[in-house]
Amino acid sequence: MAVNFVRPIIPKLAKDPWAIQFDSQGHLKHLLTIEGLGPTWITRILDTAEGFMSVTDREIKKVPLLRGRTVVNLFFESSTRTRTTFELAAKRLSADVLNINLSTSATTKGESLLDTLRNIEAMQADMFVVRHDQSGAAHFIARHVAPHVSVLNAGDGWHAHPTQALLDAFTIRRIKGDFAPLRIAIVGDVRHSRVARSQIHAFNSLNVGELRVIGPRTLIPNDIEPLGVRVFHDMRTGLKDVDVIIMLRLQRERMESGLLPTEQEFYRLYGLTEEKLGWAKPDAIVMHPGPANRGVEIESRVADGPQSVILEQVSNGIGVRMAVMALCMSASTE
Amino acid sequence: MMQSMPDTPTLNPINDLMTQIYRDLQHAIDQGQLTNPLMVGIHSGGVWIAEALHQRLNLSDPLGRLNITFYRDDFDTIGLHPQVAPSQLPVDIDGRDIILVDDVLYTGRTIRAALNELFDYGRPARIWLTVLYERDGRELPIAAQTVGQRLQLNPQQQIHVDGPTPLTARIVTREDTH
Repeated sequence: MAVNFVRPIIPKLAKDPWAIQFDSQGHLKHLLTIEGLGPTWITRILDTAEGFMSVTDREIKKVPLLRGRTVVNLFFESSTRTRTTFELAAKRLSADVLNINLSTSATTKGESLLDTLRNIEAMQADMFVVRHDQSGAAHFIARHVAPHVSVLNAGDGWHAHPTQALLDAFTIRRIKGDFAPLRIAIVGDVRHSRVARSQIHAFNSLNVGELRVIGPRTLIPNDIEPLGVRVFHDMRTGLKDVDVIIMLRLQRERMESGLLPTEQEFYRLYGLTEEKLGWAKPDAIVMHPGPANRGVEIESRVADGPQSVILEQVSNGIGVRMAVMALCMSASTE
Repeated sequence: MMQSMPDTPTLNPINDLMTQIYRDLQHAIDQGQLTNPLMVGIHSGGVWIAEALHQRLNLSDPLGRLNITFYRDDFDTIGLHPQVAPSQLPVDIDGRDIILVDDVLYTGRTIRAALNELFDYGRPARIWLTVLYERDGRELPIAAQTVGQRLQLNPQQQIHVDGPTPLTARIVTREDTH
């Protein structure tokens, strides 16, 4: 259970494990984690996404940028929203898309993963979009793919979900503008959340004014404060003067593992109700990476309310994923 | 390394060219060759020129702007630049006469990309290409209907248009071109 929050389970790598994301020219090749991107690349991805958003407003929502390329969605863990938005993003760039859903077996993962990889490579794939329940799976794949293949991490274990963090940053920037004056609170099960990890790295890179995490002691990692995060265990103080509230999904298995008493207890203390929302700034926005557990981490009236931007996050996810795909598959020479 | 060469052709003053283009377009409208046209500029030089022409022609619809980055055929070699100014077509282009404006017509590839993009928005009745400068070196069967100035340049030479105000142009010579 003891997982280092700052350095999760990335198998032994070179001293700069994030360098693998860039090619020899310093151009983005794989997107595995937010770490190592820095404000320049993050901003470049967000700016590019802004351009793609205009495509999604048109009658023909397609540009020919990746015509003839093949994107393979390699999902070892089930997901509807993430897979569909990646699929739609690839299709709007005119790429061919292959969806492969593989359930993970507990044993001999390394071997079977490589075998799977070689087989799909033989189908002349150009990009793998990988979701896996093991932290570091996307890194592992990026190190072993053929040189022309790009790898996007669509969520690996507790480690990272970089496109989610980017689409959240994109959504915030579209609504709030500048990051510097903002107070952002991430609420709930931060410990087991790859979304929270990626968000913390992204928001710190973008120089968000103040970053807070709010949750019970059992669900907030001990080593989180050095990342530049203020820890709160109480919603009333944690939400005070906050501009952006990000609710995390509470997974039901946390109850079984004894980290939480009951769902009702969690909802009473940390569930975002209209009353608790009133403790934040009046124009605070409410975000959730989905799928939301209504009545566990968020009240329905808040999820569907005027301050919720949950559906905007989904739409923005397509533009952001188009940007990441196009940037990773474009040539490095300028 | 770019530098001006002493033996390069001379560019006519932009103001004169703009006046001439304006007259030619007004003539085409008066003659019924263009009906209630919609003007669309190609980022970024084409938009600058289109803005000036749009104002003088007093067209009823707002100016359209096309950013053809997503339609380029050299994505593999030059990469993708962030889209600070996405395409904006303010009205439906179906059945419309479109004056498509760019600064320089050279290989024709930019216009090819612009035509493809326009057809993803709808089916225009007519597309009328207007450029400030037309030079030799076409790689595609594309021609402009209204041209400010025609030039013969060697492959090392390029016309650089800067703007929007003041709108200026100069010929630069690329020494290390392939």
